[in-house]
Amino acid sequence: MQRQELIPHLFRTEFRKITAVLSKLMGIEHIETAEDIASDTFLSAVESWPYQGIPPNPTAWLYSVAKNKARNHIVRNHIFDNKVAPQITQSAEENQGIEIDLSDKNISDSQLQMLFAICHPSIAIEAQIGLALRILCGFGIDEIANAFLSNKETINKRLFRAKEKLRTEKVAIEFPAEAEIQQRLAAVLRTLYLLFNEGYYSETQDTVLRNDLCLEAMRLTYLLIENESTNLPEVKALLSLMCFHASRFEARKNANGEIVLYQDQDESLWNKELIEKGAYYLHEASQGTQLSKYHLEASIAYWHTIKADTPQKWESILQLYNKLLVIEYSPIAALNRTFALSKVYGKTKAIVEAEKLKLVVNPYYFTLLGELYKEIDRAKAKENFQAAYNLAKTVADKHVIWKQIEGL
Amino acid sequence: MDEYLLIFRHEDGGKVASPEQMQIWIKQTMDWIGGIAAQNKYVGGNGLIFENSKVVGHNGVVTNGPFGDVKETIGGYAIVRAESIEEAVEFAKGSPILQGPGNTMEVRKIAKGDGVH
Repeated sequence: MQRQELIPHLFRTEFRKITAVLSKLMGIEHIETAEDIASDTFLSAVESWPYQGIPPNPTAWLYSVAKNKARNHIVRNHIFDNKVAPQITQSAEENQGIEIDLSDKNISDSQLQMLFAICHPSIAIEAQIGLALRILCGFGIDEIANAFLSNKETINKRLFRAKEKLRTEKVAIEFPAEAEIQQRLAAVLRTLYLLFNEGYYSETQDTVLRNDLCLEAMRLTYLLIENESTNLPEVKALLSLMCFHASRFEARKNANGEIVLYQDQDESLWNKELIEKGAYYLHEASQGTQLSKYHLEASIAYWHTIKADTPQKWESILQLYNKLLVIEYSPIAALNRTFALSKVYGKTKAIVEAEKLKLVVNPYYFTLLGELYKEIDRAKAKENFQAAYNLAKTVADKHVIWKQIEGL
Repeated sequence: MDEYLLIFRHEDGGKVASPEQMQIWIKQTMDWIGGIAAQNKYVGGNGLIFENSKVVGHNGVVTNGPFGDVKETIGGYAIVRAESIEEAVEFAKGSPILQGPGNTMEVRKIAKGDGVH
């Protein structure tokens, strides 16, 4: 691997590990120091590798430099603390013996505990996603800003406030108690789900970045599966859902980066391996009695991996949406349910149901109505697509709708 | 927005349906509930088991079933959110229960405990 690829690669894989382990070691109040040490470690690599050559084991090199830097920092800080806080009796000498454990086990434990800390109820959800991207996925501020279609300053502020909150709330980087896991896990899964969606539906033109967001969400979900006490049916259901969605990654955008609607997608571009993985985890998730919204969404996504329109397919999807809406209402689920209903009972009946939804500020509401009216009343179809066009927030969406109007 | 209780009243709760009828009925009920939930107006609901039901009367006298001579019984309920009794009635009209002749849906506003109702 060339140096110019090696560093970004290592940064992506190792930055987060070093940060997680050091944050865990020093406590959440020093999360920024942990990030700084991790960043400095990479700076050292850039400063020395061009002259001394790339070490045979770059990762081990990074870990040992990070350990030294951390140790020095702790010692320095300790001396400072000793001056201002004489009650601390432990000597700097003793501190030299601090064990900085960068073993695989401790890395994944630290990352997992950090995941729970970040998904703390006191942190706003967008900030949770931002922190997860920064701390657990090693994304740069630029990349995060790009993914959120925001600017560096806003993201920096958001992350800063979130870290402040972690400090003031004294959130511990630890595994929640057995009795709390279920409740805390719900917040973690929600963040991972949104992190994945952020990548999947992101408006950024950067395909690599969007892919990475999804893969990172999957990796973190997998981290939960690898851990015995969080290897629970709803976690597997979430991973299954992610696999099914990710399987269509190549097919859902064309060469120009435009969205290709499901019915127009080239099935041969669907990733078979991910579909199989999704099916595997959905099966695994079905052991037990729990039926979470992730189970339902994964099952819906499963049916979408079968391209052929059969009555059984749409009947199943409709019933899954019926259940999903009872568990948790969302406008998009309501619209998708109505689309499934049109496949089962026909468009005339679906129009009646659709118009009851009255989601008059939602562009997708009008897209759905336009689609349903297409073969029944062209004028009405056009009127609805036009309304959708006016409400659409992104260029990509407007483009898709415009094509519909032209095709009428 | 108020909550309304929709009570499923069966003319003859003891009537036995064929498995095919049951299947159709389940599907219709799920579609009905899904349609309300899609409008974010579904709060909850459940069926009530007919078998082995008891009535406790005055002086603690326990009898089997609510029926005696009258076969009418309550088969289940749903709670919905609605702007008005008329809207709740519209939801009730969609219930597959009403396909059974003699069956009715009773629509009742749930008291809020706000001192007004």
